[in-house]
Amino acid sequence: MSLEQAPLPLGPSSWAIDAGPDPLAARQGLIGAPLARRDGPAKVTGEARYASEVRLDGMLYGALAFSTIPRGRIVAMDTSSAERAAGVALVMTHHNAPRLHSTVELGTAERAAAADELPVMQDDRIRWNGQPIAIVLAESQEQADHAASLIDATYQPEPAITRFDQARADARPPALYQGDPLRQTIGDPWTALAESPHTVDAVYTTPRHHHNAIEPHAVTLAWDGDELTVHDCPQAVTHLAWSLAQVFGIRQDQVHISAPYVGGGFGGKMLWQHQILAAAAARLSGRPVRVVLSREGVYRVVGGRTSTEQRVAIGAEDDGTFTSLVHTGVVATSRHNNVPEPFIKPARCLYATRNATFEVKRADLDMLANTFMRAPGEAVGTFALESAVDELADRMGVDPIELRLCNEPAVDPSSGKPFSARHLIEAYRAGAERFGWEARSPRPRARRDGEWLIGLGCATATYPYNRFPGGAARITINRNGDATVEVAAHEMGMGTGTVQSQVAAERLGLPVEKIIFVLGDSSLPGVVLAGGSQQTAAIGGAITAAHRELVGELLKLINCDSPLAGLHPDEVGTIPGGLGRLDDPSRSESYTAILAAAGVDTISAEATAPEGMEQLEWSMHSYGAQFCEVRVSVITGEIRVSRFLGSFDCGRIINARTAASQLRGGIVMGLGLALMEETQVDGRSGRIMNPSLADYHVPAHADVPDIEVMWTDIPDPHTPLGAHGVGEIGITGTAAAVANAVYNAIGVRVRDPPITPDKLLRHSPGR
Amino acid sequence: MRRFDYARAEDVADAVRYGTRRDALYLGGGTNLVDLMRETVAQPAALVDVTRLASTIEGTETGGLRIGAAARNSLVAEHPAVRQRYPALARAILAGASAQIRNMATVGGNLLQRTRCAYFYDVEGSRCNRRSPGQGCDAIEGLNRGHAVLGTSSSCIATHPSDMCVALAALDAVVHLAHEDGERSLPLTALHRVPGDRPDIETVLRPGELVTGVELPRLPLAARSTYRKVRDRASYAFALVSVAAAVEVEAGIVQDVRLALGGVGTTPWRARHAEETLRGQAVGEPAFRRAAQAELAAAVPRAHNGFKVELAVRTVIGVLNELTREEA
Amino acid sequence: MVVNGRPVRLPEDPRVSLLDLLREHLGLTGTKKGCAQGACGACTVLVDGARILSCLALAVQYSGRSVLTIEGLAEDGQMGPVQRAFVDHDGFQCGYCTPGQICSAIGMATEIERGAPSHVTADLTGTVEASAAEIRERMSGNLCRCGAHNGIIAAIQAACGAGP
Repeated sequence: MSLEQAPLPLGPSSWAIDAGPDPLAARQGLIGAPLARRDGPAKVTGEARYASEVRLDGMLYGALAFSTIPRGRIVAMDTSSAERAAGVALVMTHHNAPRLHSTVELGTAERAAAADELPVMQDDRIRWNGQPIAIVLAESQEQADHAASLIDATYQPEPAITRFDQARADARPPALYQGDPLRQTIGDPWTALAESPHTVDAVYTTPRHHHNAIEPHAVTLAWDGDELTVHDCPQAVTHLAWSLAQVFGIRQDQVHISAPYVGGGFGGKMLWQHQILAAAAARLSGRPVRVVLSREGVYRVVGGRTSTEQRVAIGAEDDGTFTSLVHTGVVATSRHNNVPEPFIKPARCLYATRNATFEVKRADLDMLANTFMRAPGEAVGTFALESAVDELADRMGVDPIELRLCNEPAVDPSSGKPFSARHLIEAYRAGAERFGWEARSPRPRARRDGEWLIGLGCATATYPYNRFPGGAARITINRNGDATVEVAAHEMGMGTGTVQSQVAAERLGLPVEKIIFVLGDSSLPGVVLAGGSQQTAAIGGAITAAHRELVGELLKLINCDSPLAGLHPDEVGTIPGGLGRLDDPSRSESYTAILAAAGVDTISAEATAPEGMEQLEWSMHSYGAQFCEVRVSVITGEIRVSRFLGSFDCGRIINARTAASQLRGGIVMGLGLALMEETQVDGRSGRIMNPSLADYHVPAHADVPDIEVMWTDIPDPHTPLGAHGVGEIGITGTAAAVANAVYNAIGVRVRDPPITPDKLLRHSPGR
Repeated sequence: MRRFDYARAEDVADAVRYGTRRDALYLGGGTNLVDLMRETVAQPAALVDVTRLASTIEGTETGGLRIGAAARNSLVAEHPAVRQRYPALARAILAGASAQIRNMATVGGNLLQRTRCAYFYDVEGSRCNRRSPGQGCDAIEGLNRGHAVLGTSSSCIATHPSDMCVALAALDAVVHLAHEDGERSLPLTALHRVPGDRPDIETVLRPGELVTGVELPRLPLAARSTYRKVRDRASYAFALVSVAAAVEVEAGIVQDVRLALGGVGTTPWRARHAEETLRGQAVGEPAFRRAAQAELAAAVPRAHNGFKVELAVRTVIGVLNELTREEA
Repeated sequence: MVVNGRPVRLPEDPRVSLLDLLREHLGLTGTKKGCAQGACGACTVLVDGARILSCLALAVQYSGRSVLTIEGLAEDGQMGPVQRAFVDHDGFQCGYCTPGQICSAIGMATEIERGAPSHVTADLTGTVEASAAEIRERMSGNLCRCGAHNGIIAAIQAACGAGP
């Protein structure tokens, strides 16, 4: 914060319709500055300690055994060899597991964190292929792994639905998903479609995906009486504490979750069976336990993004105006949870249309619960929608950007709400210019370099702004002028501690070096999910609220001869190192002076952010324009992405460096979705057959070109800091941009990613 | 992983003495065997570490090159003689796995690496004749996009995963073996067995027989050889199809040719039908196509791997075009 | 075996991987376990200067060898040049693949220095340049799921003094 700036007024006390913009949103200085990660040195020296790296005295190592059938009963289990094996302390199965309460499914209670509500090793039933049937504890990991391999189960299989085409026949509307029936019809889309001079109507499918954080799920835990201490790597420390407390019938405050570092999450690091089994086995054995899932174990125990089959139909007038938009389809789900991949979300906000229908149906399989994965709904929904828009543009012979922009809505087309901030046109224009879009030939196979055809494609990105209830923070200022900010938030690569230190520093008028930001612990304030791209706004709102509270406390502390005496918090603002009168900045006091005068060492305030009322008033989304250049071999059908650019409209950027990395990271995962990622399930058995990083391909360095990212940096006037989260939008639109570029290159439209050489070969002449 | 005894061999005699022990296996860099042991696919009672045996790369009296079995893959690819005289071998090695793995893996170990068939690896949950003879094969009617189309049988369609072996097969490499009963040599192409009804017997090696080295003969046309690998990821992935080739052309006519395929066979696949078809033909795409099709005529595609036939034909044509560009 | 300059005892159980020796026996948890299958590169360490995957290495095989891990890279308590470059170029996000990326980059630099070719080297008998394409191919054995690839390549180019 520079000295010449006027005092910064406090942030709004509410985010409802009459609240003004956050004064911080317009501030120059630390906001937007590309600060290096504050935890960088710890991460590059190996000092950062992850969940599997905490050593507890007397600790045992756990290993899991998994079912090999999708549905049925365990009729016999021979654990004798395992029990006799060297170093084994415990073999736990449904026969001897302690009785546990049910888990609570994510979304059904404020702090619920479980993927489903199935009993955990409480009975002889098998509900998916890969379900844990036993946990072995031993003195070393080698001993535990070996013993687990000796467990022999005999099953009585029962008929199971393990193929999508079986389940599809009985597809049905889902239960409400986050309060939404996932179906809506506006006007008369079918008549309008039939009467449209230009149409596209196609079916797109996407396979299952896995998060594949490089850190496998790991937990190190210990009981002390009824107190449970858990070193874990979750995206929701408070949710996890509450949820484990439910399972073990204890209070939330008896469970302590510590997770200062999370080695990647992407939606996958919530409550799954392994934490419960580790805690139950620790209770039975009376010793601390560490369970690190093998990579195969991650696939068997932790669900991923499910598969979808989406129909997109668009009708358009000669001038490109959409007359009808249909986005419907079926997603695979498990029998035992409710995460129907909501692929219709982008279509509901992106295009102006008077006639539309949107619907997601679920088809239940006997499979592991699927779950949220980076941009659930949008990642695969934009693939189908934005491919279809490109197909329509191609048929109509119009530029796909112009086709999109002539359908920009004035208000949200499905809710009728005004947009809080929408600058997609600016993002497209800036991105197109920077990328050199004008060089694109509308005709496929027009550019060639030796055996490589070159194509350009674009697609729209979108992801909602979210701010869930429960964001809370505690700010403590010391006599020496340091401030400690505490939030039960998460660092899994987003740069949370760095970004929010900038926010707190600017809010408090302190150098960022004076901010100590503490996160990753369930004993801290707040219920802050690291999901839905909401942490930035949720923590930002919490700091705003706690700061307001803190200023109130400071003003109470000052004595009557202070220049700030008798003032209300809204009459003061932040100046470097303290507070000043808004109407007369020369009248001010430093924090240290206030504390010294009052004779106190510290002052602390904690507050919960006001409810996310802004989301009721406005349609709130981030947007982006994704541009891709690919090279496709006419001989082999191999695809190489040679250039990529993402131009984003996602509010004010807090840290240009970490935001760029988040956006790029999403794009890289989108490249994976486009070109290589697929969880392969053998339809006969419901068994995942590529449970490894050798067989489930994620992009390697050689697959990732230079990715340029840019942003409008226009603050959203209705959000804390004017910011939106940026963790998920990068993956949206990316796969469609790749598919559209592939079509532009070689003239083959692939509607079923991953776009692998074999799919191009079928339709390509080979020269 | 089952507990095992570990012994380090100081010389070949030492190794084969240990190696004939029941359930003993030779251990090279461990990049495949340690993984297989962790997955319980392999459960040796003893490992004989042969990484400290001969790893030298040196010229032979007949103008070839002899490579010790303990030579690390990366050092073979890096060796000036290999880069100059047998570039297909250097390229094949460099197309495989990752730099770290190539730094660990030995030549002997690479020859004996085992299939990456997912059903072969899934000890608990899947049937596999290669792992457990007579059990059945879940790949034939299962997910078989990565599986072989040549040299398959009704018991096994597992692909041989090596890149290096494909180049060695093309370049007429000879494998030197040692056993308690003495030494012998085999063409690389005679080392691996097609599965037939005994897919569990993967090579012609006798129990306890040790690979001590690989010899490349003098082969002038190999100086203009190459290796092309097609895969789903730009790096660090197994081949969908790969081609090792060397061609000698005079006056637009193919005088001599070496061709081998990877990713399509149950063994490193020397394409002799294609070679025979090509010899004496005029350089050009029609002849290349006929040759490739002659080799692939015997292909038996399954539900998901039919594309490999066309992909292999195209890749052969592409590689031969590249090698003969100046002569055409 | 010597680890970061200190002699260490080999484990009694031959099943113990070099990775587990480091993490579980020696408390050197900077080296990461991502897959234990040789498929991700997070466990990369340097043995006598060469980068290898410690998850596929049985510790007993490495007696007499010198192992360098991420903990051994600091110079006088300060981050080494590659480490510093990773911070400067945001060459990581969650940080879990990072020690492996860094050790791999150091091993790669020596490979390029001695002229070892790679899959993307056009002329096998020519000189090798540390271009972005070369570094990408050579670093492909180190997966990153956060998508920090651009930052990693930039950091390596900066630390190795290579041009773009």
